[in-house]
Order: sequence, then C-alpha cells, then structure tokens
Amino acid sequence: MLMKGRAHVYPRAHINTDEIIPARYLTSDDEAELATHAMEDIDAGFVKSVCAGDFVVSSQDFGCGSSREHAVWALRGAGVQAVIADSFARIFFRNAINNGYAAIELPGASEKISSGDELEVDLEKGYIRNVTTSETYAFTPFPPFVVEMLRCGGLLRKIAGAKKG
Amino acid sequence: MTITEKILAAHSGRETVRPGEIVEADIDIFMGHDVTTPPAISMLEEQGIDTVFDRERIVLVPDHFVPNKDIKSAELAKRLREFAHKHAIPHYFEVGRNGVCHAILPEKGFVLPGTTIVCPDSHTCTHGAFGAFSTGIGSTDAAAVLATGKLWFKVPESMLFVVSGTLPEGVYSKDIILSIIADIGVDGALYRAMEFSGPAISALSMEARMTVTNMAIEAGGKSGIIAADEKTDDYLRGRARKAYTPVASDEDAVYVSEHMYDVSALEPLVAVPHLPSNGRPARELAGVRIDQVVIGSCTNGRIEDLRIAADLLEGNVVAPTVRALVIPASTEVWTDAMKEGLFEIFTDAGAAVSLPTCGPCLGGHMGILAKGERCVATTNRNFVGRMGHPESEVYLASPATAAASAIAGSIADPRDYL
Repeated sequence: MLMKGRAHVYPRAHINTDEIIPARYLTSDDEAELATHAMEDIDAGFVKSVCAGDFVVSSQDFGCGSSREHAVWALRGAGVQAVIADSFARIFFRNAINNGYAAIELPGASEKISSGDELEVDLEKGYIRNVTTSETYAFTPFPPFVVEMLRCGGLLRKIAGAKKG
Repeated sequence: MTITEKILAAHSGRETVRPGEIVEADIDIFMGHDVTTPPAISMLEEQGIDTVFDRERIVLVPDHFVPNKDIKSAELAKRLREFAHKHAIPHYFEVGRNGVCHAILPEKGFVLPGTTIVCPDSHTCTHGAFGAFSTGIGSTDAAAVLATGKLWFKVPESMLFVVSGTLPEGVYSKDIILSIIADIGVDGALYRAMEFSGPAISALSMEARMTVTNMAIEAGGKSGIIAADEKTDDYLRGRARKAYTPVASDEDAVYVSEHMYDVSALEPLVAVPHLPSNGRPARELAGVRIDQVVIGSCTNGRIEDLRIAADLLEGNVVAPTVRALVIPASTEVWTDAMKEGLFEIFTDAGAAVSLPTCGPCLGGHMGILAKGERCVATTNRNFVGRMGHPESEVYLASPATAAASAIAGSIADPRDYL
C-alpha cells in the first residue's frame, strides 16, 4: 500500500489532543464537522491548506493528553492520510491503530521532513521516500498485531468479523 | 512480576507475562461518560452488535457536559441514557446522583484491588490508587469492551517511584505528583506503568492517593498504581461491591527504572502554562495576577480537598478581581460538604459552589476563560486553550494553593494563609 501526499510539519513536541481538536467541539462526533476544527488552536490555517492525502509530521509524544478518539477522526476527516512522528502518546496511537489509521514512528521525523515536502509512504515495506529531497527513511516497523489490525480496517471490523465468523 | 504484570497475567489466563507482550485481558469494570461513549454506542450499532458483555459490569456516568450545556451535549447525554435503558444497565448515574466519573467509581465500590478497569477517558489511571490496573482507552476500544468484555494491551514496563519523608504543612499529594512530573517530563513515563510506594505514599489518605495516580497520564503513563493496604481496606469497607484479593509486586520484580524522592523539603508547586511538567515553587510566582480559581475535578474535587480549601477560606474573602468556583466532584462529596457547613464558608468568602461536573476543567462549561485570562486550578491539564480561549492560561496547583491564590488575587503560597 503506497500513500502519497504533502507534509505539514509541526516541529514542537507534545502536540496534545486539546490542540488537535479542542474540547469545545466534542459535542459532536461527526467526522466531517470535527474536521473543520482540526489543529485550530495552534494553526488556524491548517484546514484550508491541507489536501486530501496529506501527512501531518511532528516530533515527540504526538497526541498526548485526553483519550478523545475525535483527534484521530478530526485529522482523518480533514484529509490527513497518516501521522508521522518521532513518538506518539499511547492512547492516540491505540486510537489510530484501532481505526486502521497509520501512526508512523520515525525518530527525527520533524527534522528530516519540511512542510511542503512530497512524501511516499510504504506501510508494508516500512519506508518513507521524500520525493522533494530524494531521501528515503526506514521507519520502526509495526508489530505483527498492529499490521493485522491495519489490514482488517480496525478493531471493530476485526471483532465484528470474528463474531459473524 | 510487578503488580501490573500480575494483574494482566491473571486476567489473560496466563501464569506470567513480560513487558512488551500483547495480551488480551478480561475487563472487570467498564465505565463510560457522555463524550466518548456515545461514539462507541454508534459503532456497535453500525456493526450490528446488539448485546453487551455483562450489564452488571458496565457503569455509565454522564459528567463532562452535564447538566446539558447546549442542545448538542443534550443529544450526547441522551444517547448514553438511551443505551443504558435499552440494555437495562443498572449502574447508570443520572444528574443528581452523578459526579465526575472518576469520583463516582471508587465511591460506589466498583474499584477493587487486583481488578482491571477501563474507561474511554485518559484519567482512568486514577483507580490505580486501589491497586487495580486501570487505564484510559479510546471509543473504538470502548465499543470492543462493551461487545466482548476483553481488550488488547501491550504489557507495560513498570517504573518504580519510592517516595519517603514527611510532607511539610501546606504541602499535599498534588505537590508530590507535580514534582514527579516536573522531574521526568510529560512523556517521562510514556507507555509505562507508574508504581508508587514508600512511606510518604502510605501516609496519604485514599483521596490523596487518587490525586497522585490521577496524574500518571500527565507523565504519559499507561497507568499509575499503588498496592492496596489497610487504608484501602478501610475505605472499601461498606463500599466494595464484592470480595477482592489484593495483589502486590514480588520482591524480585523488574523495573525499567527506579526513582527515589524525599518530600520533607517539598514546597507548594504550581505548574505554569502550557505543560503539567512546568512545576515551579508557588512563592516564585507570587504576584502573578489571576482572574479565576477552580477547585474541583477528578484530580482534586473530593471531600478532603474541599476541607483543605475551606480551612484557608474560612474568615477570609476572595479577592474582588477573582471568580472562585468550587465544584464538588460527586453528589456524595456535595452532600458531605453541605452537611459539614463548607458551603457556608465558601459562600461567605464569596466563592461560588456548583453542581458536580467536569465543567471548566476541559473547557466544557461552568467557568470558561476569556482571551488573556488566567486561572489557578486544582485540575490536571494546562494545555493551550484547555479551559477556554487559546490565549487564556491555566496554572495547576493544590486546593490549598488555589484557595490562597483566590484570597490574594494572585498566585500565592498557601503557607502564608495557614
């Protein structure tokens, strides 16, 4: 599975879920509605500049804070295809994987990649090609359990599949 | 094995587990609230899953945006209520009998040593104060648990925090956990279990222990845990829903790191914007003007917290430039505070007492900050925009520091008011 898109880099560590989707919008769980407020408090222009298939790139501990899965839905709804970061907060990572949504760990991601860079991501082979700089980065491979979850399209589909079995 | 490894092994049908292994564990208690459980309910409906794993082990507590703050939040609460009704969930706590879910769950005797507890809320780590494995999950996880009673976990490595010494007057468990987070950072315990022990932890009440484990997530921890002892048994007597078997770490348990602290010289701390790890001595911040004080939340909204705040506020008045909000964390806390005469102390001092709710902690309602406003709060997060406008500021502190600051009209060291 090859994903192509442009990078939006937030080099700061600890981008938290209140920043990804502020709690004042959690009265909705509609992905399209949440998407209109993605990253609003730290980058008011994000929703306008993001294109379907783009990537968010950040540094350590991306998605820390609240357990709100709305953070994953807001990014996905805004068109973000995957998030690439040095490291992820654990509940954000769980939520991403449970949705069949890729949260890719690449140490030094926000230093290697600049905003606007064209990226190609191969989840199965485990590399990111930076088309703009002609660099290729291998990322930390997903454990088999996670690969299976991504293949199933998330935890609920996996469970529903097993129940219908 | 550590206490965490033992609980996860026992709940996944294994003799032993090791950090890094993925296990599927049985869940003893699922708790859900009005923000993150309604999406899980919709997911179950979409997948055609029409049954729940065990209605007796599901606890539903609307707390974030209730009493309903607007039409949309009313719809969320309604989805939770209708789900409870449809599945005849007996443990549904309606407004008037509710409170912040993490205050309700232990009060009502659902949190027992050696058990597994999950809730789609990051502060679920609170319940580790009772020697339970308790962790925050997402809404998809919640749907999975509601359907199957099981959930996947990566067995976390454990970090041991040994806290010794005696807390000086005016210094509380909130200051202990703020100092630990300041030491290790907001991702210092990422993916790990934080196990707290030592004489200074043993000396804490159950309420004060919950403040410590509550903030494990603010260091990135998967869970916080304190082995049960006599105080745990005392708290649970008359509350526990069933018999329990406490679990403790083995003497040869392996920790990824060990951290020793002595709290004898600890000072009242304030975590300045915008990270909980920015703890600084309150007296260094003296004079920083504030607009609001919030005393409440799953971190510090229990009866002991209200008593501490009332002690400082009695005979004093809230500065004319400050709105002081006291938010008892549960109906039980609210009732106890009323009976003890704390409400009179608060209102005489010019503080407002609200119904139990998460309210302003997450910028929901009942105390939202305007642009440029500052708040000293006994809550758990001071992120950008957490309590309102993106250019407002939250300073995290103990109930004593918050009360002292309310009187001063600016950040204050509570020891000046004792």
